[in-house]
Amino acid sequence: MENRSLVTIADHSKEKIMYLLEMARLFEENPNRKILDGRVVATLFFEPSTRTRLSFETAANRLGARVIGFTDPKVTSSSKGETLKDTIMMVSNYADIIVMRHYLEGAARYASEVAPVPIINAGDGANQHPSQTMLDLYSIYKTQGTLENLNIYLVGDLKYGRTVHSLLMAMRHFNPTFHFIAPEELKMPEEYKAYCRAQGIRYEEHTEFDEHVIAEADILYMTRVQRERFTDLMEYERVKDVYILKNSMLEGTRPNLRILHPLPRVNEIAYDVDNNEKAYYFQQAHNGLFARQALICDCLGITIDEVREDKLMC
Amino acid sequence: MDKKELQVAALENGTVIDHIPAEKVFTVVSLLGLQDMKTPITIGANLESKKLGRKGIIKVADRFFTDEEISRLSVVASSVKLNIIRNYEVVEKKTVNMPDELRGIVRCANPKCITNNEPGMDTLFHVVDKEQGRLKCHYCEKTQQIENVKLV
Repeated sequence: MENRSLVTIADHSKEKIMYLLEMARLFEENPNRKILDGRVVATLFFEPSTRTRLSFETAANRLGARVIGFTDPKVTSSSKGETLKDTIMMVSNYADIIVMRHYLEGAARYASEVAPVPIINAGDGANQHPSQTMLDLYSIYKTQGTLENLNIYLVGDLKYGRTVHSLLMAMRHFNPTFHFIAPEELKMPEEYKAYCRAQGIRYEEHTEFDEHVIAEADILYMTRVQRERFTDLMEYERVKDVYILKNSMLEGTRPNLRILHPLPRVNEIAYDVDNNEKAYYFQQAHNGLFARQALICDCLGITIDEVREDKLMC
Repeated sequence: MDKKELQVAALENGTVIDHIPAEKVFTVVSLLGLQDMKTPITIGANLESKKLGRKGIIKVADRFFTDEEISRLSVVASSVKLNIIRNYEVVEKKTVNMPDELRGIVRCANPKCITNNEPGMDTLFHVVDKEQGRLKCHYCEKTQQIENVKLV
């Protein structure tokens, strides 16, 4: 059987990305459908991630599926030393598809190789988080009307932030210009800059973050400087307050500018930005629901035509 | 016969693994699983070599290695040459070629990689740059240099 798992979208073609975005748009038109009536979706969270889990479970519920799973591996046999393979094989007996978050990198790839049912990677350590990338793409597409020829500014932790790395790779089909705004300690790793050069993606690097730097931005993608990524906490204290977006910085920016953030935010976006019409991070999270509905259906082999022709809308 | 040549006996049929870097002789033994073979094996270590200074040489009687087995050696000793012997004659010379994939041979350097935490699982690397010796873990996707990785 063809493996329909989703481990990364780095390999997806432009056509496949556009196809999934169109499917997400159909779900936004009507998220409540009974397409998955009678199916069981398992959500296995070996590492807690409340918002990702709720988004996936809501997506499954609104499609009419039933959801099983766990949110804390301490209550499962993996705490007794059960291998990932055994857990996956066991759950495959019950569920039609497995949504999995794991703290180890490569766990989703391995699970997709051993499982008889499709796996959706809901994050594997610092490696991949494809559903986040999909909702980022959908949010950009929705707010700009296109993915082509955009100025995308990535701000904050560009060294450890997997969302910015995945977004960068997924955007390669669409002729973007990237601006990397980060402190020296957290700047974009050389391997991703090499990737940009190899793919012909233009990029500029900045260390300053003010209204002048972001004047030409179409998308401002803010990220959290994560405490848990630092081995040296004094270093964290030194850089955490450097890249904060304030409402006053948005005055001279483009009217089509939208501000994205994978959430949760700590203090990198001041609260007075929330009421600015350019703030888009909460709608972005909402878009995650439709993107995940599209991903679940695609992994189960449900085509866009079946979604279009769906007569079971409720 | 020269006394030096007496150090290793001639093979009737089998494989001579030559030009092994001196310190890698026993790594080659374990990569090829020679310790479990029942045929006569001669292992020479720290022999003089014009090319390498000191080298190792291994003669394995009645055993011919597959290309897959030979490619394993690329991880530790790309200088190795193999002479295939039949009826006391060298009938073929083989060099070590870096394969496209390394399965179950080296360990991922990333401690958070699933391959370092899941029992009973093989590692798998894609060789992304043969000349520079760059490997990419199939699972955690971390790129690493071949000279830095450890054998499984």
